[in-house]
Amino acid sequence: MLDAPMTREAALFEGLLRLGDSTLILGHRVSEWCGHAPALEEDIALANTALDLIGQTQLWLGLAAEIEGKGRTADDLAYLREAWEFRNLLLVEQPNGDFGVTIMRQFLFDAWYGPLLTRLADSAEPRLAEIAAKAAKEVAYHLERSTELVIGLGDGTEESHARMQAALDQLWPYAGEMCASDAVDAMLAEAGIAPDPAALRPAWEARLADVMGKARLTIPQSRFAHQGGRTGTHTEHLGYILATMQWLQRAHPGATW
Amino acid sequence: MVTTLPSTADIWAWLDAVPDPEIPVISIVDLGIIRGVAWEGDTLVVEVTPTYSGCPATSVINMDIETALRAKGVERLELRRRLSPPWTTDWLSRKGRARLEAYGIAPPQPAGGPQRCPHCGDSEGLERISQFGSTPCKAQWRCRSCGEPFDYFKCI
Repeated sequence: MLDAPMTREAALFEGLLRLGDSTLILGHRVSEWCGHAPALEEDIALANTALDLIGQTQLWLGLAAEIEGKGRTADDLAYLREAWEFRNLLLVEQPNGDFGVTIMRQFLFDAWYGPLLTRLADSAEPRLAEIAAKAAKEVAYHLERSTELVIGLGDGTEESHARMQAALDQLWPYAGEMCASDAVDAMLAEAGIAPDPAALRPAWEARLADVMGKARLTIPQSRFAHQGGRTGTHTEHLGYILATMQWLQRAHPGATW
Repeated sequence: MVTTLPSTADIWAWLDAVPDPEIPVISIVDLGIIRGVAWEGDTLVVEVTPTYSGCPATSVINMDIETALRAKGVERLELRRRLSPPWTTDWLSRKGRARLEAYGIAPPQPAGGPQRCPHCGDSEGLERISQFGSTPCKAQWRCRSCGEPFDYFKCI
């Protein structure tokens, strides 16, 4: 598919799907906690986080649809695409697991997404930059909270420590995809639209080392990283998410509030 | 037909009478989300910025603006979403901040936490329960002096 030279617009569309699909799928995953979290405050915090992510999704996918110029809307992209058309990170589609897995997944994502947004706020594409500047403020809160929780639970009781270490070990093979680069990224970097993901890696690793050190957690040695989410090859979990998330639009096409 | 269009000062005053749907003691002007009011020909253009990108009140606010201005006789109206510069709590009006506090919501502070308990006024022994509260814009705090929990309007 990438044989023909990619246009700037095509790369921008792909880049926006990668952002919007990641916030959409993580937002949906986090929303699954609504009414099930271990404490009322956490339930509210998770629902708020999900809401921010879904709000950002509307902006990312709204711009993607505008760039595509085929008359599709953010809702069309969210509700009417198949699993292989989704460009989200594999990390965000991983099941919620226990509270520790959910918080660890959130931290790994926030620690990448927050600094990325700061860089995107200076993008050469102004419509992307203004969304990033807005989202950065919201994600700063998410990162502060997930950092505190990872440290509190990692450096907590024997039970919480063991669960957080297990969560990190389980999710680690899905974390490296965030810092992988391909032709789309190269094109976006060259056009000054987005930073090369690999360039974000040193700061991301430094933050992880700092936080995991304070949390008394050990980062696995292996740098093996599952790949594919950003090009449409997903784990088996995405199909189940879409079945739940898309059923209403599939059953009642065009339904609106 | 030649009619005189209402002045933008009148429009601002009308909008200042539209309550925020989630926190009705302050107006949408107090909240700082009205970023521009201007006539373009005989069309009134009102620029609105969202507080949080996922705030569910946004669509209700747009509906309330339209209802209020139509009731005042504005016929041609266009609501424009403006994302940049992003909304900040620095745009809350002084009147809005005072009303928030009187309502029991501690107004935002650059320090990142409430200055005093909106119930008893004590500034010692305030503790954060959660960074997130009943709406995206609020956090939950507690006052150890009076023992009451309260909302704090997050500073962003």
